[in-house]
Amino acid sequence: MTDQSYNFAYLDEQTKRMIRRAILKAVAVPGYQVPFASREMPMPYGWGTGGVQVTAACLMPEDVLKVIDQGADDTTNAVSIRKFFQRTAGVATTEATSEATIIQTRHRIPEQALTAGQILVYQVPIPEPLRFLEPRETETRKMHSLEEYGLMHVKLYEDIARHGSIATAYAYPVKVEGRYVMDPSPIPKFDNPKLSDSPALQLFGAGREQRIYAVPPFTRVVSLDFDDHPFDPSKAPHDCDLCGASESYLDEVITDDSGGRMFVCSDTDFCRTRREAGHAGRLGEAQFSSKKIANSFEGICPPTGDEA
Amino acid sequence: MIEIENLSKSFTLHNQGGAVIPVMQGANLRVDAGECAALVGASGAGKSTLMRMIWGNYLAQTGSIRVGGVDLVTAAPRDILALRRETLGYVSQFLRVVPRVSTVDVVAEPLLTLGTPRPDARARAEALLARLNIPKRLWSLSPTTFSGGEQQRVNIARGFIHPYPALLLDEPTASLDAANREVVLSLIEEAKARGAAIIGIFHDEAARARLCDRLIDVTGFTPKAAA
Amino acid sequence: MSRIEKITPAPLLSVRNLSKRYGSRIGCTDVSFDLWPGEVLGIVGESGSGKSTLLSCLAGHLAPDGGEVVFATVNGPQDTLRMSEPDRRRLARTDWAFVHQNPRDGLRMGVTAGGNVGERLMAVGTRNYGSIRDAATDWLGRVEIDANRIDDRPSAFSGGMQQRLQIARNLVTGPRLVFMDEPTGGLDVSVQARLLDLLRGLVREMGLSAIIVTHDLAVVRLLADRLMVMKSGHVVEQGLTDQVLDDPQHPYTQLLVSSVLQV
Repeated sequence: MTDQSYNFAYLDEQTKRMIRRAILKAVAVPGYQVPFASREMPMPYGWGTGGVQVTAACLMPEDVLKVIDQGADDTTNAVSIRKFFQRTAGVATTEATSEATIIQTRHRIPEQALTAGQILVYQVPIPEPLRFLEPRETETRKMHSLEEYGLMHVKLYEDIARHGSIATAYAYPVKVEGRYVMDPSPIPKFDNPKLSDSPALQLFGAGREQRIYAVPPFTRVVSLDFDDHPFDPSKAPHDCDLCGASESYLDEVITDDSGGRMFVCSDTDFCRTRREAGHAGRLGEAQFSSKKIANSFEGICPPTGDEA
Repeated sequence: MIEIENLSKSFTLHNQGGAVIPVMQGANLRVDAGECAALVGASGAGKSTLMRMIWGNYLAQTGSIRVGGVDLVTAAPRDILALRRETLGYVSQFLRVVPRVSTVDVVAEPLLTLGTPRPDARARAEALLARLNIPKRLWSLSPTTFSGGEQQRVNIARGFIHPYPALLLDEPTASLDAANREVVLSLIEEAKARGAAIIGIFHDEAARARLCDRLIDVTGFTPKAAA
Repeated sequence: MSRIEKITPAPLLSVRNLSKRYGSRIGCTDVSFDLWPGEVLGIVGESGSGKSTLLSCLAGHLAPDGGEVVFATVNGPQDTLRMSEPDRRRLARTDWAFVHQNPRDGLRMGVTAGGNVGERLMAVGTRNYGSIRDAATDWLGRVEIDANRIDDRPSAFSGGMQQRLQIARNLVTGPRLVFMDEPTGGLDVSVQARLLDLLRGLVREMGLSAIIVTHDLAVVRLLADRLMVMKSGHVVEQGLTDQVLDDPQHPYTQLLVSSVLQV
């Protein structure tokens, strides 16, 4: 089979039209989960089939695509989806957040502020924020339509009752434009403030669950909380060991069997850009990728000065 | 206060071949405020039946029973409930309560349903229980375990805690010793003095003679055909 | 001044000609009654007599085929059968409450006792954890559950405690009308007595009206002001509870009353 046998960006035109209609409806009703006829994608569920369909429906030949997985451009999921679109759409790809027009993401929002004209596509495993307390889909749909969201606070109440504070650290529920309660996908709650008033268009695709929803540009997104237990977008109390950034979301990397560990930016593009600009952290000779540093501790390859 | 005209009553036993048993016919009586009348007649003559009809517990076939302006024969259930709450008191021979409720609360209940604050209602209940010589150590226990005489006195306390304008007393002095009998009799006299209209069944003839202004022989209300 | 006369002299609930069929079978038919503020109405009858169907129709869980269920809402009397669904659901979590026979149907078993009680508060917009917690503690006390059980799940509770928790969960928003389906069913007698006492106290203190479906005549004698006897979907007799039980008029009621085993 040749690459020419694919329609542009993989989807056949009927599917693309169906998904675009769903996206338009989702944009028109911010936070509302629009059902769509999710197709089989050439990858397993859980690997971003929803995000891939949304990205495919949005892609134009002149777009520049960036794909990240937990903030990293170079992990399996990101690499394979990026290659998929290189082959089926022939679009340019990038790792630089500022150069991308469409960014497909799994579980992170890039550190660098998004700009008008960019589209951020989220991969969503479970779109229904009420699911774990109310398993009946018929009932949760009714609760959304009637704005009966007391149950969402029951979940937060349970957190405080059990842990002393709201322990939900990811997929933290939000209310969109004062109307729909939405699952922002499993992004860390650290990223929640970036959902609100973003100049970029944010689209959410859940392939297995067959739902698409959206947060249009400059939409108010509020994280749910209690008056006396306000929302707190916390992160690990460290600086990046590579680039020294104090304001970015960090991954903890275990480096040996004797308790050694390091904290590095989860956003690889952000970290590399800073190092290229001369910033350095605790372990930081500039210009090292986090992967290579991690590998070096395992003795797989010694750190070298140049970026592959 | 209590006025009965042309009252009749029969039981229809649908499950025993539809047998109809007439138990009362053409009953008439009138008891005014401050008056105490005793129902007399042989056992089975219908004293308790009449009492229960005035209480609204038995339905009448014809006639009227007026207590404080309400006709129990035609009144809606909620009017009878209001009447029992505010106007009509009943001291029965039997105590029917939720098992674990304390004696004080059982006695205070009529006041609580009238909206009296709990501390006041309990204080009144305790005063009455003390007067009726119920030992203090029993007040917090359920009366279901009490002896017959004690239960009787709890019933009396319930019936006298609110100054009902009309009172029905079913053998109030039965199974009481002399001292307690004296307390109950003086309670009844006080009720009479404040203007309550009282109808009672007293097998205790001395009590009847001391309290009652009139005797009403219910034998006259028994249907002749059935008698 | 009685509790009843302090409130408006209008029925809280007016039911007219309520009917529900299951195909050719009658669920309940031509049921009409008024329930006044502060009144407790008992509905008795054997299994299959239509009492649970009637309760479901009244509470809006089942759509009847015809009739009216007019409730005195804060905005005046409204037929709840013709209300919009959002309005009816709002009513169901504010002015109404429903106590299920099986507490598992009325509780969230995976949520702590405090969360179960707090849910209705959060549903009507309370957003202060501390005040929700205080209300939950207060209500656990009122239904005689130890305050240190507030963070336990109902699955760790006995049947009687679960039932009391369900009652607390329902009453926390101060409803005016409570529907109860066999609230003491499945509990042993000593626990029943405790629950009955609790319900009586709550009904009196909160000025609640209640409709209680049960087949237990002893329960209605202690709880209900008025009684409705159902047989084959029809109301065969209604009146004052003690009058219906002590001087039953309908053949079926006489049979029902005489069938009770005396202790």
